[in-house]
Amino acid sequence: MRLEARPALVVKDVHKSYGTLKVLKGISLEAAKGDVVSIIGSSGSGKSTFLRCINFLEIPDQGSFHINGEDVEFRTGRDGKSHPSNPRQIERLRSGLGMVFQSFNLWPHMTILQNVIEAPVHVLKVERKAAIEKAEALLAKVGLYEKRESYPAFLSGGQQQRASIARALCVDPAVMLFDEPTSALDPELVGEVLKVIRSLAEEGRTMIMVTHEMKFARDVSTRVMFLHQGQVEEVGPPSQVFGAPTSARCKEFIAAGSH
Amino acid sequence: MDFSWIIPYRELLLNGALLTCMLLVISVVLGFAIAIFLAIAQVGNNPVLRVAAKSYCTFFRGTPLLIQLWLIYYGLGSYLPYIPGLKGSFLWPLMREGLFFAAVALTLNFAAYQGEILRGTLLAVPKGELEAALAVGMRPSMVLRRIWLPRAIRIGLPTFAGEVILQLKATPIVFSVTVMDLYGAAYKIRQDTLLVYEPLILVAAFYVALTFLITQVFQRLENAVPARR
Ligand SMILES: Nc1ncnc2c1ncn2[C@@H]1O[C@H](COP(=O)(O)OP(=O)(O)OP(=O)(O)O)[C@@H](O)[C@H]1O
Ligand SMILES: [Mg+2]
Repeated sequence: MRLEARPALVVKDVHKSYGTLKVLKGISLEAAKGDVVSIIGSSGSGKSTFLRCINFLEIPDQGSFHINGEDVEFRTGRDGKSHPSNPRQIERLRSGLGMVFQSFNLWPHMTILQNVIEAPVHVLKVERKAAIEKAEALLAKVGLYEKRESYPAFLSGGQQQRASIARALCVDPAVMLFDEPTSALDPELVGEVLKVIRSLAEEGRTMIMVTHEMKFARDVSTRVMFLHQGQVEEVGPPSQVFGAPTSARCKEFIAAGSH
Repeated sequence: MDFSWIIPYRELLLNGALLTCMLLVISVVLGFAIAIFLAIAQVGNNPVLRVAAKSYCTFFRGTPLLIQLWLIYYGLGSYLPYIPGLKGSFLWPLMREGLFFAAVALTLNFAAYQGEILRGTLLAVPKGELEAALAVGMRPSMVLRRIWLPRAIRIGLPTFAGEVILQLKATPIVFSVTVMDLYGAAYKIRQDTLLVYEPLILVAAFYVALTFLITQVFQRLENAVPARR
């Protein structure tokens, strides 16, 4: 009840610089439960950086974060920038955000099943048997039940990415974060991964997804955000952003991508 | 070839072989444990620990093991009696033996080499794997324990096998502080029997056999996580 009424994620005015390079210049994003937000934009526009600020793999210089019912606490450090003040809170929030990386990042010294149960068992302290049951169900869902005892090195890229999606799902994340989940894949493997992501969207999972798959973004998103040089240049339902963008740059980007 | 001395000297030989194995196992196990701290200190962000670990590794890798052994045996050995409380402790009889100082020197030396190797393999673990661990909510100590260290150790396994073999072959140096290891036994037999080659051949065969065994053990460890080649 309490959470239903509030958005799963409210991020306001995020700034981030690397040295003198301003990568994010005040980006805000709100995602209600069940929203699928696609982030598009040209290379270097700050898409990954923004996504990584949401789970604090990058520490933003400025911004306010309301995630999964919690306001992130900040304090100003000695360098004059703000830092999250409570590492335990960051860890707790991260375990409620499932992240899927472009390069999968499965742990090669563990089998697929071990990869998937690692966080439930060791971070969330779920009982091992229950975790295995759930992990096996998730692996079946992404079509990898047969591969559960294999090591990541023996899987194709598409299988590894599906395994990493199962790993992210196994903590019951309130929001899923995807950073170009299909960009590292051979073209013939893209489809199987998109199929899994689409099924998650259809289940009503809240997802933020950086992607170059324009057609897919158009199909599954409830909202599309176009970033340009660290700023939101255009945001709205896919029909608007892809069909009738108001920003000239967005128009250009979409025209360039559609052939 | 005359190997008739084996029977009368079997006890000396057996004890020597046991001592060699013991020194190897102790120095490898304890040395490796110390190496983990040395490696973490070197890649961590505490400047004091980093410099301390770096200096340690540089010193022990930069000086001959023989000199380290003698420094510890004669130097440290002569100061120990002045440490209050030590003389009465149960450790004291142990600390008057050359064996104790030999084990300490071999351990410290091994730790320095492994600490350096492990530092390198820690840095060789892809950053994305650590980010994935952080992203599921692990705290840094858990990332280290569950992902970073196990991965670094596995990356280093082929190198570790070679290092343990080198360590085995460094052990005869302990004879210089009166420890009767396998080499010491051979030395004594040569003196007693005036045989030049036979005792050395037997000892060499033993070292080869042990090297083979070490190779096998590490092969097993490497195969524990199948890799695609
Ligand atoms: N750790 C870093 N240090 C310095 N500069 C960085 C760092 N990470 C990213 N940048 C810079 O920040 C800018 C934005 O990078 P980001 O990875 O967010 O872009 P992106 O939109 O995800 O691009 P792509 O589509 O190529 O993935 C780039 O100019 C990049 O060079
Ligand atoms: Mg990117």
